[in-house]
Amino acid sequence: MQLTVWTYEGPPHVGAMRVATAMREVHYVLHAPQGDTYADLLFTMIERRDRRPPVTYTTFQARDLGSDTAELFKTAAAEAVERFQPQALMVGASCTAELIQDDPGGLAKALGLSLPVVPLELPSYSKKENWGAAETFYQMVRTLAGPNAPAPGVTRPERPADARPSCNLLGPTALGFRHRDDVLEVTKLLQSIGVEVQVVAPLNATPADLARLGDADFNVVLYPEIAQTAAGWLKRTFRQPHTTVVPIGIGATRDFLAEVAELAGVDPGPALAGAPSRLPWWSRSIDSTYLTGKRVFVFGDGCHVVAAARIAREELGFEVVGLGTYSREMAREVRTAAEGYGLEALITDDYLEVEEQIEALQPELVLGTQMERHIAKRLGVGCAVISAPVHVQDFPARYAPQMGWEGANVIFDTWVHPLMMGLEEHLLGMFREDFEFNDEAGGSHLGHGSKRSGPEAPVESREAAPGPETAIPQTSTAEAMASQTTTPETTTPVAPFWTAEAESELGKIPFFVRGKARRNTERFANQRSISAITVETLYDAKAHFGK
Amino acid sequence: MSQVATTLPTPSKAGACSAPEVLRERGQREVFCGLTGIIWLHRKIQDAFFLIVGSRTCAHLMQSAAGVMIFAEPRFGTAIIEERDLAGMADANDELDKVVSRLLARRPDIKLLFLVGSCPSEVIKLDLSRAAQRLSKQFMPDVRVLNYSGSGIETTFTQGEDMCLAALVPELPAETSDAEPSLMLVGALADVVEDQFLRSFKALGLDRISVLPPRRSTDLPAVGPNTRFLLCQPFLGETARLLEERGAQRLAAPFPLGVEGTTAWLKAAADAWQVSEQRFREVTAPAQQRARIATARYRDQLAGQRIFFFPDSQLEIPIARFLARELDMQLIEVGTPYLHRQHMSEELALLPEGVQLSEGQHVDRQIDRCRAAQPDLTVCGLGLANPLEQEGLTTKWSIELVFTPIQGFEQAGDLAELFARPLVRRTKLEV
Ligand code: SF4
Ligand code: SF4
Repeated sequence: MQLTVWTYEGPPHVGAMRVATAMREVHYVLHAPQGDTYADLLFTMIERRDRRPPVTYTTFQARDLGSDTAELFKTAAAEAVERFQPQALMVGASCTAELIQDDPGGLAKALGLSLPVVPLELPSYSKKENWGAAETFYQMVRTLAGPNAPAPGVTRPERPADARPSCNLLGPTALGFRHRDDVLEVTKLLQSIGVEVQVVAPLNATPADLARLGDADFNVVLYPEIAQTAAGWLKRTFRQPHTTVVPIGIGATRDFLAEVAELAGVDPGPALAGAPSRLPWWSRSIDSTYLTGKRVFVFGDGCHVVAAARIAREELGFEVVGLGTYSREMAREVRTAAEGYGLEALITDDYLEVEEQIEALQPELVLGTQMERHIAKRLGVGCAVISAPVHVQDFPARYAPQMGWEGANVIFDTWVHPLMMGLEEHLLGMFREDFEFNDEAGGSHLGHGSKRSGPEAPVESREAAPGPETAIPQTSTAEAMASQTTTPETTTPVAPFWTAEAESELGKIPFFVRGKARRNTERFANQRSISAITVETLYDAKAHFGK
Repeated sequence: MSQVATTLPTPSKAGACSAPEVLRERGQREVFCGLTGIIWLHRKIQDAFFLIVGSRTCAHLMQSAAGVMIFAEPRFGTAIIEERDLAGMADANDELDKVVSRLLARRPDIKLLFLVGSCPSEVIKLDLSRAAQRLSKQFMPDVRVLNYSGSGIETTFTQGEDMCLAALVPELPAETSDAEPSLMLVGALADVVEDQFLRSFKALGLDRISVLPPRRSTDLPAVGPNTRFLLCQPFLGETARLLEERGAQRLAAPFPLGVEGTTAWLKAAADAWQVSEQRFREVTAPAQQRARIATARYRDQLAGQRIFFFPDSQLEIPIARFLARELDMQLIEVGTPYLHRQHMSEELALLPEGVQLSEGQHVDRQIDRCRAAQPDLTVCGLGLANPLEQEGLTTKWSIELVFTPIQGFEQAGDLAELFARPLVRRTKLEV
């Protein structure tokens, strides 16, 4: 048993729902108790979808157990097919139904339905959401494209000389982090080098679309967490090669175009020429000098953190001080990337461990998920969200891809926004005593609402890290009931004594570096067995550690 | 202070004759499970922790439903059952003990721990009541360990609170038969509302009043044959039954929603304590008047509007009664996940003639009926609201009715406003 409060990923059947909801003309009959219908709100509230997910739940109850849960499943499946008339039916079980072993696949088969039925076996007690999505997508592709597979040993016919090279985009789902916009951006990118997109899947694809996946020359794996398994099968079965680079960031976009050009047999030169993104110049402009060496901590799903770390170091001049992922399936890739930065990757799905590491590393910017956003907020560190699990705010009304040239522009803006800007940072540093500068104030561009609270400021109420938040109204009983509850939870490590003078000198250092200064000074004092920290100690430590 | 009647006034017979038609449905239910009650209970009982023994789905439900409402470290968590627990590689009970020990070591402020059963724990027949006894023995007197079921195969949404309070009833200290009569308010309310009610009863001259659940688990109220109780919430069937088993007597009343409901609810206790009509009027009139003014502000917007309720919290019937009688709305269908005929009898008697009630759910058929009726306002869960809005219906999220202080005189206007807002919004938008 594992004790958890917040989780990065839902159960695997939620991954299956992300595939089903992304697609058109499919229906998913899920053997599950009534409470599991909460999953609908992920799509209708967080993503603001205007249609119900195409999912029918059997909602069996205790009194049905042992008697007719199987019958209930058959009725639900038959009714769903009749009502929704899908082109393909997905069937499966949630964690509870898995235990009662009704075999949805077998039951659906027994109905003798005249449409393809895809049975999904998603072990709820060992696997999670992304794995569930990947497995579901693979099973769908296999069932629907499988009948069109060439006989083993038959080589793929050459593309006719006059035909344009074509590919499929694999991996975007419902409830994905900016999937909607990434698809558009990458489609444009591919068009710019003369490659045509045949099928995007699962997002907006029909079963008929999946059936013709084999027609394209190659596949673009947009999100390996979701598309890798299916792409692997397509490669084996249709001898369709696929891309390996995820085009997030300038460098990765260039590599991606080179890879695609190679697969498509075209020249990437024209697409790379010109100034497709503003990021390179924005980064080189002298205003960005202040970004140099900012310490960033990166955590999220596998493909986004690998990309983010590269952008942070190579394209913004940050220093990556921590890198990790909750995607165990991508652990190898993330470990390798981390080694490149001289780090050991943090592979965990326990947000408390992540919080601990952020606290210890004292970064100046956190690039993470909504969980890290909450952790960072509590610690008074700036944060930009780079990965799922998603929140209603991760579905902006505007066009905001992460991939391609425009994605790089979006990333520059989003990541730099939470940081204190150059001159402002200096002025705050120089004139600490100005009565209008105070620690509660964030960057002035962040508005009056932005407050800093962290270990340096008294922590009034601790904000834990919720996951995908639903936009439930603010006036809540929970809140009203919580009004008396404050949970002060500042954990002060054993520290040498600070003299009043030194403490007040420390107060003159801007809050966004004060935590680091305090820790460094204490470390310095500890190493030298200094028990009382004076102003001298503070400056000795500063000289010792550098900025 | 006034003397208490030795026998309770006979409950009104109204309603017994004109029982409305109830459409009973069975099919897909689009309602949360009882675990969701933890979202407000863990804030209400400030020294309690709720440990769900369940799956990743249960943890994900809590996270998705609680989301934005967590401003402090939550006092709930999930012990996620893993493959090794199922395969017998690990003894689930040992594992649970380990989790509990670790948890209690980290949170020394916890005095009451609930082990909350889920569908998976029930299907694998993990005996949480035995576990609770075992752990109680180990951790008493510092921590009391209780258990209840919030599973989706046993409970819908607000029934989770019923199960939680029912688990507390056997723990209540006993009061002897010669104790002074006392009043117990049963059901979690927002603190602000609870305080208002306590002030009202004090003003009426009742001075032995307690609340269940208490804000601290160490303040469990005593119960005995001289305990009268008022249900603050309409979903507490099991809790009421167990309180009655311990000799307490339920004061039958409508629920304290709207001017009429609140008046009748307070009056039920006032009558049991033989508070004079005049005193009752003196105490309640100013607040009643304020509430009338506050609700009247929305009557123009709401009168004549046709409303449809999907089932959610069991609050549907009392709220529909309020909207029909105090704001002149027209009820098309009032769905409830479960209809407790006895506790609801005062409410049913107040509903307009011929209203369509439905119990249980077949969500697709209910949507068909809703589409056909084209109501002006549809009250439904978060999974349905945006899709129905897209079809052109105006919706009100039912969950907001559970997470907002709506009971009592001072909140009657707020309750009306919740229904007016979506309609106002429609008229404001020109996009
Ligand atoms: S319905 Fe059952 S399995 Fe689903 S969240 Fe509720 S208790 Fe957990
Ligand atoms: S706060 Fe204002 S002045 Fe400072 S960097 Fe932002 S925009 Fe410029």
